[in-house]
Amino acid sequence: MRSAVDGAVDAPLGLLAELTYRCPLHCSYCSNPLDLAAYADELTTAEWRRVLAEARELGVLQLHLSGGEPLLRRDLAEIVQYAAELGLYTNLITSALGLTPRRAEQLLAAGLDHVQISLQADEAALSDRLAGTPSFERKLAAARLVKDLGWPLTLNVVLHRHNVDRIAGVLELAEQLEADRIELAHTQYYGWALRNRGGLLPSRAQLERAQGVVRAAHERLQGRMEVIYVLPDYHSRYPKPCMGGWGRRQLTVVPDGGVLPCPTAHTLPLPRASVREHPLRWIWERSPLFQRFRGTEWMPDPCRSCDRRELDFGGCRCQAFQLTGDAARTDPVCHLSPDHGLVAEAVAAADEAARRRDAVLTPRRPGAARHPGTTGPRA
Amino acid sequence: MRSTTPVQTASGDRPRLARHVRLRFDPARGQHVLLTPEAVTVLNGTGAAVLELCDGQRTVTGIVAELRGRYASVDDAEVRRFLDRLAARRCLELGDAEVGRA
Ligand code: SF4
Ligand code: SF4
Repeated sequence: MRSAVDGAVDAPLGLLAELTYRCPLHCSYCSNPLDLAAYADELTTAEWRRVLAEARELGVLQLHLSGGEPLLRRDLAEIVQYAAELGLYTNLITSALGLTPRRAEQLLAAGLDHVQISLQADEAALSDRLAGTPSFERKLAAARLVKDLGWPLTLNVVLHRHNVDRIAGVLELAEQLEADRIELAHTQYYGWALRNRGGLLPSRAQLERAQGVVRAAHERLQGRMEVIYVLPDYHSRYPKPCMGGWGRRQLTVVPDGGVLPCPTAHTLPLPRASVREHPLRWIWERSPLFQRFRGTEWMPDPCRSCDRRELDFGGCRCQAFQLTGDAARTDPVCHLSPDHGLVAEAVAAADEAARRRDAVLTPRRPGAARHPGTTGPRA
Repeated sequence: MRSTTPVQTASGDRPRLARHVRLRFDPARGQHVLLTPEAVTVLNGTGAAVLELCDGQRTVTGIVAELRGRYASVDDAEVRRFLDRLAARRCLELGDAEVGRA
């Protein structure tokens, strides 16, 4: 990548539009911010149209519509239609609550290209408990609807201590639903998930079993269903290449028009940027927020002199900040990080806690985070 | 971990873009791109020409023949490798009307 210093910044490829943080579910692993109520002043339809036009102009090709639950925006079909007219690839990421036949047909007619439905587990009781609301049956109905309307079906499952032992069942369910793709991704510890980390981290024994199940499924399902398994970064030697690099490929617009290099960057002590104040191009190319960790110049050692610095970009800035208090440090997930002990401790504690199975989870709900500030939400 | 199965296209296959895949010209980059939910693949001129011929009607042999009519040198094996790669990523479906395929 060309550096930001010579003024030439690569164009972004993808825009994650977090249309609303309202959601009928209450997942304790949700990575939305703790102070959900602070985002109530949502962008209007007209504002989203302007953002999408500016994004397309800037070079964005993919639009991921997410939240919260994007179906709670009544203007979703209108937003999709406008995006399709602009030539954007549109992908809806949904809990599927509210995906009625009428709504689905509207979205299809509007030009929606792809749908991803989240599943919590493979059976109603556990799924509804994890979602904090009866939702399992409706999810299955929506998944069938997606197939009936001719969309390919992608299922997303966020894994943690309470469902990681059910992967075999989840895969069976996915087969029954004739899913084309399933993404099994371990929880990323941000927002509500970070708050609930002690109760969510799986044990090493659980992970080893899970990997065995996934390996066998790869063999068995070859050519029928694509199985993507995203390892938990806490248990990896190297960090994930967060967003493909800060301000390099992706940007996120949150419900109130804030623009971020990644959906959790609001936790960082950095200047804000909003589409309500600046054009998207200025934000992407020139804003202090997007420039702060672009490229490799900002890196301290060990990243600065590491061969992998263009591969993982030093990992996740939010994770570095959450765990060390300094966003410019090497992601503590990396075994080369001087702070790696922080992650190793959490992993060891999870092995211990998984044996006890008594963790209390805080379901996400507006106002449920009683001690804002302790886990680094927006100031 | 990702389960991409190696795929080998046969001469009689009639490839077409999978339903959720979009081939578009991107004016911002001045190039064709292949869009899926998880990836943007920027194509060179030949790549785009190959994919435009993947209409579910033409066979792989037919596609190569068509390209030979347009370009000075067309490497049959290279075109097949390109199609194999995209089929493995499930961007292409390999319909074959006559023979059928397991
Ligand atoms: S993780 Fe659960 S609560 Fe959070 S936005 Fe998704 S469905 Fe809603
Ligand atoms: S030291 Fe930095 S660049 Fe090297 S692997 Fe670790 S996080 Fe990546």
